[in-house]
Amino acid sequence: MASSHGTPPAFNNKVIAWIDHRLPIFSYIEKEYHTFPTPRNFNYFWNFGAIATVMLVLMIATGVVLATNYTPHTSMAFDSVERIMRDVPSGWLMRYLHMNGASFFFIAVYVHIFRGMYYGSYKAPRELLWILGVIIFLLMMATAFMGYVLPWGQMSFWGATVITNLFSAIPVVGDSIVTWLWGGFAVENPTLNRFYALHYLLPFVIVAVVALHVVALHVHGSNNPLGIDPKGPQDTVPFHPYYTMKDGFGVVVFLIVYAAFVFFSPNMLGDAANYIEANPLVTPTHIVPEWYFLPYYAILRAIPDKLGGVLAMFGAIAVLFVLPWLDTSRVRSCSFRPIYKWFMFVLVIDVVVLGVCGANPPEGWYVPIAQLATVYYFFHFLILLPVLGKIERPRPLPPSIADAVLKKAG
Amino acid sequence: MAASSIPAGGHGDPTRRDFLMVATGALGAVGVAAVAWPFINNLNPAADTLALSSVEVNVQPIAVGQAVTVKWRGKPLFIRHRTPEEIKEAEAVPLSQLRDPQTDNSRVTDTAKKVRPEWLVQIGVCTHLGCVPLGNKPGDPKGPFGGWFCPCHGSAYDTSGRIRQGPAPKNLEIPPYLFTSDTLVRVG
Ligand code: HEM
Ligand code: FES
Repeated sequence: MASSHGTPPAFNNKVIAWIDHRLPIFSYIEKEYHTFPTPRNFNYFWNFGAIATVMLVLMIATGVVLATNYTPHTSMAFDSVERIMRDVPSGWLMRYLHMNGASFFFIAVYVHIFRGMYYGSYKAPRELLWILGVIIFLLMMATAFMGYVLPWGQMSFWGATVITNLFSAIPVVGDSIVTWLWGGFAVENPTLNRFYALHYLLPFVIVAVVALHVVALHVHGSNNPLGIDPKGPQDTVPFHPYYTMKDGFGVVVFLIVYAAFVFFSPNMLGDAANYIEANPLVTPTHIVPEWYFLPYYAILRAIPDKLGGVLAMFGAIAVLFVLPWLDTSRVRSCSFRPIYKWFMFVLVIDVVVLGVCGANPPEGWYVPIAQLATVYYFFHFLILLPVLGKIERPRPLPPSIADAVLKKAG
Repeated sequence: MAASSIPAGGHGDPTRRDFLMVATGALGAVGVAAVAWPFINNLNPAADTLALSSVEVNVQPIAVGQAVTVKWRGKPLFIRHRTPEEIKEAEAVPLSQLRDPQTDNSRVTDTAKKVRPEWLVQIGVCTHLGCVPLGNKPGDPKGPFGGWFCPCHGSAYDTSGRIRQGPAPKNLEIPPYLFTSDTLVRVG
């Protein structure tokens, strides 16, 4: 990025020039999204940051509209959502966009995280960029969890009960924390009210952290599939029009798949039990969280001890924070790591297996399989990564991005 | 003196200025904590929520072997009229076999210290993660110990509501209750 320093762009339009002289937003856009030198070899995995941003904007837009018709009271919340579905003009569309939007937001972010792990984007000098990403992920989980409580269906209520009760596992102060979270003796109206307030607030906190994430990104620029730094202008292209177009294309394809769900299968990713109004006296026979939480839910249940399960679940995300320091390999991209590459795919399978276990009742074979998959998850991060970095012999890196790209082109 | 102490600040001996910095910082931290407290406290249960905390139940219609579920403090309250066999079973369990050792007697004593083994009054919330265990309704599975069974993660409770199997760490909670007459119980 440092190379793009120089004379600020001259603006022909007088108004733009006047504003820019006082508040350089146009210079900023010009520098960071137009001339910004970007590695020329991105593949489609690099689309998912832009896709996630679009989904965030979409969630806020649909959320604000839903909020104008939603009533955060235990006696009215369920009916107000049904009213949105039946009586409010385009209400069904706003709600289905919001409901499925959460799922597709997570899809985009999971692919984005996988991309970062596979191509070593978390390594120096991008550790803080990565950590900001993990913070966004945590905020998203909190937001989605609280959003899911709002329609006040059976899964809303019992999901909220089970998840808030996790904190009671904390020794000594656990029970007080849970009462404090609830604002009462159970998940009740005060709980719904505060979850609504926070569900409205947190997406804007996410916007702020995303801004920091992008600022950190633009200090050293993007990583790329080869994991080597650009060495000069021959290795990069300007962000616009090359990547504005490629990102635009990716966003459109992603939105088509999303729209297919919204219009043709809007309830496939949800749980039918959430169309039954919350009943504090009857627990559904099988409580499951939304699909994007299933792997963590499986880890929680895999440990036969209450506190241990809670610690393992939070630990599964905590390891992501220290990932840059657990990985001892000096090579970023898995393309040049002949052994670790396969373990990356094994990790993906492991997480999917955990997800399947989380979706099923903890009986029979699901119990030992979930336990094995949990052990493997931590083995990957805590043992395999540090050790493999030392013993694996990476393949030779190409001299430059241009060199590798042109050789491939023949 | 003040003039000569300024350049010395930061080296060697702490100066008056260092002291003032630390003292100001400490006072500022106390101030921040004092302002933060009402914000945190604001999320605690409100007075009206706390006030809704007592309920009276007429237990006369509950036949032997039957149980009812009443709502108390937003949670289900289980009141079971135990059969003599259930009582005998609960009393026979040696404490060494229990994860959360409690005698059956201590679980059927009201706040006036009166023991009524036929009436078991407990909060119907699994001590694992808060589901409502099955076993209060006639057709429900009661689990391997004849009391309650939590379908969420498989905790099983005995006829005294004590945890016997599964991930829950504690027995079902006994709320403070008082039999104001032979047929009327006040909980809370
Ligand atoms: C990070 C962005 C967001 C995520 C991941 C998210 C997630 C969710 C989820 C999963 C639900 C439950 C949908 C259902 O099953 O019905 C929901 C509901 C809701 N959300 Fe959001 N949300 C986000 C942003 C917002 C914002 C910014 C607002 C308001 C300004 C908002 C307002 C609402 C309302 C009113 C509901 C209840 C109506 C309903 O259930 O459809 N959301 N949200
Ligand atoms: S909540 Fe009852 S076993 Fe987990």
